[in-house]
Order: sequence, then structure tokens, then C-alpha cells
Amino acid sequence: MSESTDSTRRRFLAVAGSTAIISVAPIFTANPANATSESLAAAIREVVGGEVIHAGKVKLDVPPLVENGNTVPITISVANPMTDADYVKSIHVFNEKNPQPNVGNFYLGARAGRAQVSTRIRLADTQKIVAIARLSDGSLWSASADVVVTLAACTEEAS
Amino acid sequence: MASALINVPGKAKRGEIIEIKTLMSHIMETGFRHTVTGEPIPRNIITSFSCHYNGVEIFRADLFPAIAANPFISFSTVATESGTFDFHWIGDRGFSESASASITVE
Repeated sequence: MSESTDSTRRRFLAVAGSTAIISVAPIFTANPANATSESLAAAIREVVGGEVIHAGKVKLDVPPLVENGNTVPITISVANPMTDADYVKSIHVFNEKNPQPNVGNFYLGARAGRAQVSTRIRLADTQKIVAIARLSDGSLWSASADVVVTLAACTEEAS
Repeated sequence: MASALINVPGKAKRGEIIEIKTLMSHIMETGFRHTVTGEPIPRNIITSFSCHYNGVEIFRADLFPAIAANPFISFSTVATESGTFDFHWIGDRGFSESASASITVE
């Protein structure tokens, strides 16, 4: 973990001063408001508000390459204690290229014991998935993952 | 017609974190598809899921068309007391189903 942070910083310093700073991946994922898709950004604003979203704490477990976009297993966990004073209130999942950017909103509480939710989702295209967690103190944390889809969901005609 | 699969441990120690797995059979028609003749197929999805533990809500979810057919949702809770879990699914076209499971906490 710390090793990758260091190497990121080295890379960052290496390109500092050039115009490439914006394209450094960790900065891009740290700020979903910069997402390529406007509808994704709009959906995130609508659900979590316009507050600052930090990168980290959230872990998004999804296969990097899926054959069938109709059912993609996904697990979202948040590295945060679940006590009455400090817990994860909700987890919100978004996608970039489905017809609708929302995937699901999951509301938990201190009683969950562990901040982890699993489900199965549809992906209409190779795209980015974003998960955002809201903690009891109101802060927002996020993670994103890129998934390559070979057989897309939603596009085939029903018989 | 509609049927639910629930997986809750029958027994748990007090304070133990248990995992709850649920699956409801449902087509989750997205509303974005068309028939071969070009007619849009109206949306028919489950929009909401909730779980109550002895009457207290411990988990709730809003679902969207991006959730796969036969929605599977898994989450966890702390086993505090013996009792029942009540699960509810609500969706388009008046869809409303419930299921329950009991647990013994020692």
C-alpha cells in the first residue's frame, strides 16, 4: 500500500510542471466529479449531494473481465469500524455507460457489524463502476473499478 | 410464482457478525429493451428491498434496472437476540413479496 503511494508520488513529481498532471490515474479516480460521463457525475450529485468525495476506505470487488454482462458479481466493503459513534450509513453504486447511471443504494447502520454488501449487476458495456460510502459523520469516500465486458447486457432484443 | 431464497444461520453466538443472503426470483425487465417489432418493453423491476430484525429495520436497498435478474443481495448484521428476520421486496406493477427466517442466539 505505502509502496504504491510512494511510487505514485514519484511519478507525480516526475510529471509535475508538465500538463500531464491531470491524467495521473489516482487523481482522476479520487474525484468522480471529473468523470468522463456527465450523466454519471449528475447521478452522483443527485444521490450524495455536491460535497467533497475522498478517495479511499471503499473497496470495490468486481471481476476485471466478464464474459456475460447480464450478471456480474460485485462486493463493496468499507474499511471503517461499525460502532454506534462511527459507522457506515450508506453505500451507493453507479456505472458509467448503462442507459441509467444508478445501480443501487444500500442503507446499513451500526448494527451491520461489518460494512459489506454483495449483489449482482448488469453492465451494458465495458465501463467504470463507482462506489461511494457515506459515513455517520457525513464524510464521503469512494472507489472505482474498470470492467471489460465481452457480452453486453440490455442490448439484445427480447424474443 | 415469485419465490425467495433466504440464507440465515439458524444459530449464532451473541455478538457474532452473521451474513444474510437473499435472492428473489424476478425478471427485472429494464425498460430499455425493445421487441423484434420495435415496441419498447415496459420496465418491471423490484425497486426496494428491506430487512427487519425483530421489527427493527437493519438494512434497506433501492434497486435500479442495473441490478441483474433474480436480485441477489447479501449483507451482514450482529446477532443480538433470538427472533425473526422479515424481508420485503417491493416493485413495479404492484409487486410485493415477503419472507422470513428465524435465528436462535445463545
